[in-house]
Amino acid sequence: MGVARRGKATYETTNVWIRGTGSVVGPNEGSGPLKGQFDRVWPDEQNGQTTWEKAEQAILSEAYDEALRKSETDWSQIDLVVGGDLLDQIVTTNFNGRTHQRPLAGVFSACATFTEGLGVGAMLLGGGGLERVMVSAASHHQTAERQFRFPLELGYQRTPTAAWTATAAGAVVLANERGPLRIEAVTFGRVVDLGGKDPNDMGSAMAPAAYDTIQQHLADTGQSAGDFDAIFTGDLGHFGVEMLIRYAQEKQLDLSEVLDDCGRSLYDADQQDTHNGGSGPGCSASVFAGPLARRLVQGDYRRLLLVATGALFSPTTYQQGESIPCIAHAVAVVREEASR
Amino acid sequence: MDSEKARYQQLTQEMMPRRPVLRNAIMAFVVGGLICVVGQCIQWFFMHQGMSAKEASSPTAVVLIGLGALFTGLGWYDRIVKHGGMGGTLPITGFANAMVSPAMEFRTEGLVMGVGARLFTVAGPVLVYGMTAAMVVGAVRWLITGVA
Repeated sequence: MGVARRGKATYETTNVWIRGTGSVVGPNEGSGPLKGQFDRVWPDEQNGQTTWEKAEQAILSEAYDEALRKSETDWSQIDLVVGGDLLDQIVTTNFNGRTHQRPLAGVFSACATFTEGLGVGAMLLGGGGLERVMVSAASHHQTAERQFRFPLELGYQRTPTAAWTATAAGAVVLANERGPLRIEAVTFGRVVDLGGKDPNDMGSAMAPAAYDTIQQHLADTGQSAGDFDAIFTGDLGHFGVEMLIRYAQEKQLDLSEVLDDCGRSLYDADQQDTHNGGSGPGCSASVFAGPLARRLVQGDYRRLLLVATGALFSPTTYQQGESIPCIAHAVAVVREEASR
Repeated sequence: MDSEKARYQQLTQEMMPRRPVLRNAIMAFVVGGLICVVGQCIQWFFMHQGMSAKEASSPTAVVLIGLGALFTGLGWYDRIVKHGGMGGTLPITGFANAMVSPAMEFRTEGLVMGVGARLFTVAGPVLVYGMTAAMVVGAVRWLITGVA
């Protein structure tokens, strides 16, 4: 066990394992290019719940169930839950605490919440004293639309760079006992704001934050981008990925070979009319807990850098003309054999 | 840092995917035009019942608002506007959509603080500035022609 500091903002953890993951998504996410790679797919966005907010709580609860089942863990063995979501007062995560009754540390980095949670959970586990930590993030398309945009049935045209908040939840059981995947290192990002103001173009606003964290991780650990089989950003989407590759290129960092994005992978842009791609805390959480963890376990990847990206604005701040501060947190995940 | 910001914003503008402006404009013309044709047919129907063109305009507006509300309730109107843009937003049916969609959306927060308080979230600015513009135009007309 242990946590060791590397460089300016990176912490290497030893003996921190991913025991199991749970991913539950809505019908659009479940029928996209990643079809069949999630634990459960809801038949519709509401799935019998009376409000959209309850639906978001329910989808997170189901992700918890799957993570517990696959890691052969009971709620009573979870020492701490670290999680968050997009709604005001992170109600989705907090309201689930009423039922699971485990100690709960809520976190928020908008759509970067999942890797913030993974990082915090890994460091606490590495630091000792805890044995199992549940990490989670969730979002729901309709609750996010209500909070950030317009009523659902209001007709308006979305711009090509607008993101589609995913109805999705992902949960991970971290433990200090050997599991299939290991968390190798964590880099906490700083807030980067290069002046983007358009809430319908969060991809280009977040790209510099993703660059900042990725280059920090590589510099701190003395690695190059090619040392990873894949670097997945959270929800930069089609345009954000283009911007990140271009921006990194100008800074002499070539990401074009390894870079991919959870939000871009989640939907078929031509068939599903999702414009820039998926976003929301549940986007990177479910894509990691489902498809990416699967690829790591199956051996498609051995080393993955997950860099969830968050736009830290509120409807009030952008109406007041403020630019959008962004953040990204990176977590390096490796398959067991590769780590020793 | 400021120069970096300016440079990055310039790069963003250069790389930004283009909006299909021409296609949007043509679709707005077609969709808006079709709604107007429907409205015209409804007006002719009322005139056929013996009303004058002026008398028929009020019931025509009522029917169009009813249709806009119905299509919103059925979940169709947002799709019309998705393709038609302003062609769907600008006619009176779009105003009905702006009123009915928050009413549907916020009923889970109750009739007072939900529907009551949020009903005008979208239509409110249209009413405020529409009425202000009408008053200004009316005042100008009164000053010039002396007719209120």
